[in-house]
Amino acid sequence: MVCVQAPVVLHAEQIHKSFGEDEILAGVSIEVREGELVSIIGPSGCGKSTFLRCLNFLERPDRGRVSVLGVSIARDGGPWRRADEHAAHKLRTHVGMVFQSFNLFPHLTVLDNVLLAPRVVKGERNATMRDEAMALLEKVGLRQVADRYPVSLSGGQQQRAAIARALAMRPEIMLYDEPTSALDPIVAEEVLGVMRTLDDEGMTQIVVTHDMRFARLASDMVIYMDAGQVVEAAPPEALFVNPQDERTRRFLRTVL
Amino acid sequence: MPVCEHDGARGVSLDPHRACPAAVCATPWKAALRAVALGLVLMVWLVTAGVLPGGRAMAAEDKPAASQTVRWAADSSADVPYTFHDPADPERLTGFEYDLMQEMQRHMGVPFQFVQNDWDGLIPGLQRGLYEMVICGIEMTAEHADSIDFSDPYYVTSERLTVRRKGPQLTTLASLSGHAVGTLKDTQAAQILGRNPNVELRTYEEESDAFMDLVNGRTDAVLLDGPIAKYYGDTNPALHVVGEPIGRVEYGIAFPKGKNEALRARVNAALAAMRADGTLHRVLARWDLWTPEMVHLTGDESVLDIPPTAFNAYVAEIQGKSGWRVRLERYVGFIPQLIRAAWLTLLVSLSAMVLAVALGLVLALVRLYGPAPLAWTATCYVEIVRGTPLLIQVLLIFYGLPQCGISLTPFVAGVISLGMNYAAYEAENYRAGLQSVAFGQTEAALALNMTHAQALRYVVMPQAFRLVMPVMTNDFISLLKDSSLVSVITLTELTQTYIRLSSTYFDYFGTGLMVGLAYLLLGLPFVRLARLAERRLASPHTRRR
Repeated sequence: MVCVQAPVVLHAEQIHKSFGEDEILAGVSIEVREGELVSIIGPSGCGKSTFLRCLNFLERPDRGRVSVLGVSIARDGGPWRRADEHAAHKLRTHVGMVFQSFNLFPHLTVLDNVLLAPRVVKGERNATMRDEAMALLEKVGLRQVADRYPVSLSGGQQQRAAIARALAMRPEIMLYDEPTSALDPIVAEEVLGVMRTLDDEGMTQIVVTHDMRFARLASDMVIYMDAGQVVEAAPPEALFVNPQDERTRRFLRTVL
Repeated sequence: MPVCEHDGARGVSLDPHRACPAAVCATPWKAALRAVALGLVLMVWLVTAGVLPGGRAMAAEDKPAASQTVRWAADSSADVPYTFHDPADPERLTGFEYDLMQEMQRHMGVPFQFVQNDWDGLIPGLQRGLYEMVICGIEMTAEHADSIDFSDPYYVTSERLTVRRKGPQLTTLASLSGHAVGTLKDTQAAQILGRNPNVELRTYEEESDAFMDLVNGRTDAVLLDGPIAKYYGDTNPALHVVGEPIGRVEYGIAFPKGKNEALRARVNAALAAMRADGTLHRVLARWDLWTPEMVHLTGDESVLDIPPTAFNAYVAEIQGKSGWRVRLERYVGFIPQLIRAAWLTLLVSLSAMVLAVALGLVLALVRLYGPAPLAWTATCYVEIVRGTPLLIQVLLIFYGLPQCGISLTPFVAGVISLGMNYAAYEAENYRAGLQSVAFGQTEAALALNMTHAQALRYVVMPQAFRLVMPVMTNDFISLLKDSSLVSVITLTELTQTYIRLSSTYFDYFGTGLMVGLAYLLLGLPFVRLARLAERRLASPHTRRR
């Protein structure tokens, strides 16, 4: 909260995205500074997940610009070109992502899930890589299940394994797409705990979440989205205690 | 435990070591390209596989003019008394035409080489240059003369009627009305019978089948050439040849139309010499086939004191021995042939499966990720190949392609046609497998900074492979059985061996069981192997806590 002067590491400008006739994002802009934990909240269908996926180009915005640590991709409604794919690939080296449904690779052990991308993408094959992976699993509390297959893990364990897997690529920014929505509150707490630890270590994190308690207590900044637009962006105390916009107030009345 | 341990289990797949660390391989299309290259390498391997045992027949084919060897073809699978496998020693060829060829080789002073081909393929094989001539009781009819050239006749005979001793005694063509009568398809005998609309005509591929049906009462008479009636009809205690000779049949050696006049002239000269010096007479006498018609043809009225040793030996072999002991010994004698045939069947099937897997993978990837025109082409390929009979494809590739200048050896043609056919099925199988892997898996891989190709290679394909494994096993088992179709292109695999053995000994039951067992034994290890692999691959991530 004190890092007001920290540099901007992610900047999204006027992101537009439509699926056919439906306009999902109608010009969304955010700025995230290094070390911040930003929560994006809003009603279902407001476009918050789509927006998050636009940040690492799993979803290709129709128009707008995303800049991450010097990599910038601008979209003007034209076709997705080779150079764009190239740039998106480069951008993703800085950005890790965690999904609501975990998406662990079921044919690999937990350890191999963590090791696969460094090996395939970076060609790292040395023993220290394995030690690093074990250290990551230790950090998320999964050292004991390193050799088990994802299917034998609980949901909370799977999501923590997914976080370790993303961290293995040493991203500067982590994106979470409703990381705890598939988990019961007790198990969810295991995952949120890992995210708090990462926040303490200075990781930049953007979380799409329905967990208002987490958004309020852990975030440096909360963004309220509705109908494909950012309605309000403020520090959690300001947004939760004194929302400026009527839509934000209505939403918070409903969920709190 | 290294991640890449899984590579070994994946069979044919993309090169695991070229992971493209830079962000270059942007599309899975690149991966598909690499698979295409792999497929091409396999093709080359197959074409150079001429050195394999199954491809022996082709070795000579590639260099016809290099040596003076004259290659002559016949269907030895059941052609008593023309060219056939000696029942006393199935490894050995014999027959009056076979003996004539041995004599002619001596007269012409050049080495002769025998080439086995299926009856239906004899003339197409001649025309595509697999061999220089065919001697297989080919009737010198006007229709045949349209498409091939003939030597002078080397044998003259007539059609004869064979009936059951205890059945209706039908001794004339007229008496056949209202009866079922058997003969071989596309013969003069069939034409003669066809002229009487009241005859219920049954045509067969194999002589032995025609006579077997007569014995079993499915037909009441068989009309066939004199030598066939003598060897199949008269030697069977339940049958006898009746009535007068009907019509006139001349046999000539067949050459490709207008292509090899020099050889034809030399063969005619040799025939004339063999007539003049009594060689022809002596050979035919040994087979008890010297007939008044031959006297008339050659003007050779001499009487030679030559006993019909070859005829007697044949009769003794098929009539003299019976009882379970003899049978058992005979079956044991079949085993080496069956093992050789099974080996060829296995080799053809395995090679075809390797091709089918490689090509199928390429087709599936192209259909899913390739640019539209290519994807469309792959779809067309799959639909066309699945929608046409495999037999047609085999014949087209072996006999049809040479017309376009592509001449493949029988082994390669067999492997390619089977492989290309099964590739269509494998492609659909893999496509379904790849599509059934949840898209979230690809997204997770992309988010981890993998390229599309890497995601496909390391995340999607390994999972799809486990899904399609059981279906692939099934496909291989049915490929093993469908490989019997390559018997039509001169490959003596299990089914061809069955046809030959069963019609040589008139024993369809015992040999049938043996060959069936051979197929079963070939397939079993793969079923077990697949089950094992499936259990090993599937257990860790599908077995719940």
